Amino acid sequence: MRKMSRGRIWFEALAGAIPDGELASVLCADGAVGGERARFLAVVPDPEARFPRARGGELGLEEGCTLGRSVREAVAEDGDGDRRALVAVVDVPGQPYGYREELLGLHLALASAVDAYATARLAGHPVVALVVGQAISGAFLAHGMQANRILALDDPGVAVQVMSKRSTARVTRRSVDELDRIAEEVPATAYDVGSFARLGVLDRLVEGVDATHPDTEDVETVRGALAEEITSARHDGSTNLSSRLASPEARQHRGASLRVRERLAEEWSG
Amino acid sequence: MTASVRTKTRFTELSARERAVALLDSGTFRELIDPFERLESPHLEQQGVVPACDDGVVVARGDLDGKRAVVLAVEGFFQGGGIGEVSGAKIAGALELALHDAERGHPVCPVLLLETGGIRLQEANLGLLAIAEIHAAIVALRCHVPVVGVVAGMVGCFGGMAIAAGLCSHVVMTREGRLGLNGPQVIEQEAGVAELDSEDRRLVWETIGGEQRVAIGVADALVENDVAAIAGAVRTAFESGPPAEHRSAQVGRYEARLAGIDASEPVDGPALRALWRDEG
Repeated sequence: MRKMSRGRIWFEALAGAIPDGELASVLCADGAVGGERARFLAVVPDPEARFPRARGGELGLEEGCTLGRSVREAVAEDGDGDRRALVAVVDVPGQPYGYREELLGLHLALASAVDAYATARLAGHPVVALVVGQAISGAFLAHGMQANRILALDDPGVAVQVMSKRSTARVTRRSVDELDRIAEEVPATAYDVGSFARLGVLDRLVEGVDATHPDTEDVETVRGALAEEITSARHDGSTNLSSRLASPEARQHRGASLRVRERLAEEWSG
Repeated sequence: MTASVRTKTRFTELSARERAVALLDSGTFRELIDPFERLESPHLEQQGVVPACDDGVVVARGDLDGKRAVVLAVEGFFQGGGIGEVSGAKIAGALELALHDAERGHPVCPVLLLETGGIRLQEANLGLLAIAEIHAAIVALRCHVPVVGVVAGMVGCFGGMAIAAGLCSHVVMTREGRLGLNGPQVIEQEAGVAELDSEDRRLVWETIGGEQRVAIGVADALVENDVAAIAGAVRTAFESGPPAEHRSAQVGRYEARLAGIDASEPVDGPALRALWRDEG
């Protein structure tokens, strides 16, 4: 039996379609949200993936390229007409750590996905990320972070960070306990979705939903939230990421990001 | 000018600020948010790290061959060039201003001097957000003006900033430069020494070094580790204009190249060069 990752569970619940892609680790299907056409994308584990280090749901060489191609196809197909929404269902444990991956240019595979999502956003597609599980590091940069809108389920299994806690402890030569203590003071180093929300990047934290065994009502709640965010992104008309710095939370917890931009603007033309 | 033996200055021996000065037309360097403003990271002191008064990034306006330019130089000697909230906002904010000017018909030539391990772990998600904003700005800006990245070396370019290099219009490297998502030490730590021996310098250079990266088309120009050579390569990159299709947009080409790899067989740098040279 195929392991049901959170990414797969939510992809199937929302897309309501069986993906027909060539790559088993990237799910892609067109569906609808609130009367809008939407393309859903998710990265899931594939125990038989061609590159062994990307069998656990990591965003690797083939996953980066396939996301890039699937998003670009939607941009090309929609042309100057009605641009469908793109929904990135995010449950990614990170990128694979491997010799072969680096040799073959893993950074470029991830750049392919980043490029495609950013290009779609600039072209006017509402791009929405829905974080249902892990959102770690380069994988989240490539699948989610270029979205106009980011939603997350309010669930203890949702984690947003730049490296696994175990690895961070090794690299920074600190104990896991010490990292937990620092996280209480510096929310940017915490793993829980509540701390991530404090940085002002989340457009919506969806509460009261079972993240691992969603029932019909849970799915409808998330679908409703997605529909509202897609509509909001469309009406807002902004195709950049500036709204992330406009929230009250960002003013409080990303003050330095704003201060730097103010000073740069004042000094730019000399 | 009298003919003389030109003394070479190794680019990698220069600090980030010196690199920016050396790159721009003589006498045009002007630093934005200079160190005297002391706009430093507000997150390091409580973690026992002494902050730097420029947070390890120099933003410099100036000219390149008389054209308006902005150089964003990462200081590899401060926290391994890690991108935190302030250093990341300096890069993203400057690229956003360059975009603003370009959209109004006043292009500014953007150059990124990349010496960075990626996200600064002490600032974690704040670095992640900043790097996403850097990515967004590069993709928007390169529609108007080429975005040029330089990976000259000492630290190399890794993590989210390697993705940024992947988005650039042109990437200039030296033999000393290294470009990859995960650094060799991180791979050894996470996957074991059998996966990659980070102490094996020849292996590392044959995998992610500048010569290999240019040979397989992941970077564009291989130059000497010399100020004049790098300054020349950057100017040439702007003269040649944007590529017909950016590297990170050529998904079909990359997929075809990956399809030609037998994942069950070992492959190394020299073998890959031969393989991908044939496929074009």
